[in-house]
Amino acid sequence: MKLKVNWIELIIESLIRATGYSAILFVVLILIFLLREGLPAFGEVKLEALFGERWYPTEGHFGLLPLIGGSLIVTLGAAAIAVPFGLATAVFIAEVAPRWVREVLKPLIEILGGLPSVVLGFMGMLVLAPFIRTTLNTPTGLTAFTGSLLLAGMALPTLVSVAEDALDSVPRSYRDAALALGATQWQTIWRVTVPAARSGILTAIMLGIGRAIGETMTVMMVTGNAARMPTSLNALFLPVRTMTATIAAEMGEVANGSTHYHVLFTIGIVLFLISFVVNLTASAVVFRQKKRSQRLLS
Amino acid sequence: MLFATCLLMVLSPLLTACDASQADAASGAQAAIENKGSDTMVNLALAWAEAYQSQQPDVRLSVTGGGSGTGIAALINGTVDIANASRAIKAEERQKAEANGIEPVEFVVARDAIAIVVNPANPVNQLSLPQLSAIYRGEITNWREVGGEDRPIVLLSRETNSGTHVFFLEHIVRLGEKDNKDLFSPDTLLMPSSEGISTEVRQNPNAIGYDGLGYVTPDMKTVAVAATDDGPYVLPTIATVNDQSYPIARDLYMYTRGEPAGAIKEYIDWVLSPEAQRIVAQLGFVPIKSDFVTALISK
Repeated sequence: MKLKVNWIELIIESLIRATGYSAILFVVLILIFLLREGLPAFGEVKLEALFGERWYPTEGHFGLLPLIGGSLIVTLGAAAIAVPFGLATAVFIAEVAPRWVREVLKPLIEILGGLPSVVLGFMGMLVLAPFIRTTLNTPTGLTAFTGSLLLAGMALPTLVSVAEDALDSVPRSYRDAALALGATQWQTIWRVTVPAARSGILTAIMLGIGRAIGETMTVMMVTGNAARMPTSLNALFLPVRTMTATIAAEMGEVANGSTHYHVLFTIGIVLFLISFVVNLTASAVVFRQKKRSQRLLS
Repeated sequence: MLFATCLLMVLSPLLTACDASQADAASGAQAAIENKGSDTMVNLALAWAEAYQSQQPDVRLSVTGGGSGTGIAALINGTVDIANASRAIKAEERQKAEANGIEPVEFVVARDAIAIVVNPANPVNQLSLPQLSAIYRGEITNWREVGGEDRPIVLLSRETNSGTHVFFLEHIVRLGEKDNKDLFSPDTLLMPSSEGISTEVRQNPNAIGYDGLGYVTPDMKTVAVAATDDGPYVLPTIATVNDQSYPIARDLYMYTRGEPAGAIKEYIDWVLSPEAQRIVAQLGFVPIKSDFVTALISK
């Protein structure tokens, strides 16, 4: 009897351990695959050609800079819109709104997160793009800004939901203590609750930005896909071509093993590196904060 | 008379007795044909498949788009039986196919004109090929320079895997000159579908785009085109494509893996028949055996 119980426990334990390790294994396998398919590009295309300003792969122009610039502009634009808006929403839901408003708002926002990106892209193409062209008087409505707006809309549900959970898990006693010391509600939120939930909020921002930089379909439909170098600030209001849209649009056409194929995987490596650095920075900040709070508590 | 019966059969699939006899004449067993490629041809290929299946219920045709390059890549990788292409196969694609042990066999199945489309609010009625080339190379950037209003020109094009894109690059941007290495302006918006171009042209008075004649709807304005600046400026119609006065026309192809046999051969033969070519004309493309077809329609 006792032996049997041990057996089951052993199996369950090793299953859980296996799933934990498999996450690491998959990331490593993906990286190996990316490197195997992408690294040959550095042998076939000169390094300075990869840093060229022209992307026209069918005619042998493999400059990645316009694509990297395009992705950065769209993602940074989305973050600039989504972060303040999302944080404010999360604070409102967690700290200000009465209980019944909160119970309606939170599920509604989470439903928004389930909208298929093609649907958003289609709406963006038919409604948002003409609106932006007429109101901002740009030559076309298919701009980086249009993409940023839609991506912000897609990142918001994740961002709000996770940030709200983080705020919610701050112990009640923190708020009570702040209020007892004579702080106003605003001071309590800004000086006590939000800093206490900082690591959770940071995770929320990272998840939101992660969704934005990896999003493909919406971006491909509304940003115009013109591989032009973003040289000045007004590039936000001109068409861009992102790395994800380039891979999606061109992967179907290339012959396996051609230079173009390898360069598309090189773009994949660049995307991988960017999200790796973003995550690394985020966890570094979270770890540092934890140590400091532990110091304060001791 | 026999021909009339056949036509009737296409029009009314309810005549099951006729269908059955036709099916018996075929191989009898279920045959599945995978057909993929050019987005320009996808509506045509679908209409063909639908008509063919209604008289050959034993044949399963599945048609998908994706672009000429995608279709030919799938043929090279051996995943489709027939690739549709709005451009001829490239030499390196042929080499790649032969390396895989596949000999692509070419059939010209229809002709197509590329229409230049603008927003109906745009007053420009005509453009010459040198003007179009300068516009798409990014040298002319304002409609004022070609007789329009003072508005920026927004360039629309299909993605680089589109046969229409390649044709436009070679024949318009480079004006058909072999050693010309000009490219589309980097400001060109590359749309993932014909529908993307149509949507933007319909709502944006700055836009100029190009697409197969079969895709032009009445809510877009077609521009008359001349080969040189001296004219004559010609609008694309079936008549002007057939008498070759419209300067931007091309052949549409189907490629098979090796000489077709069995159900695939029967299908290709049918596609080249007057009955299938009539569908070509109905969809706004240009039939290959035009004299035969006009005789048929007038009858």
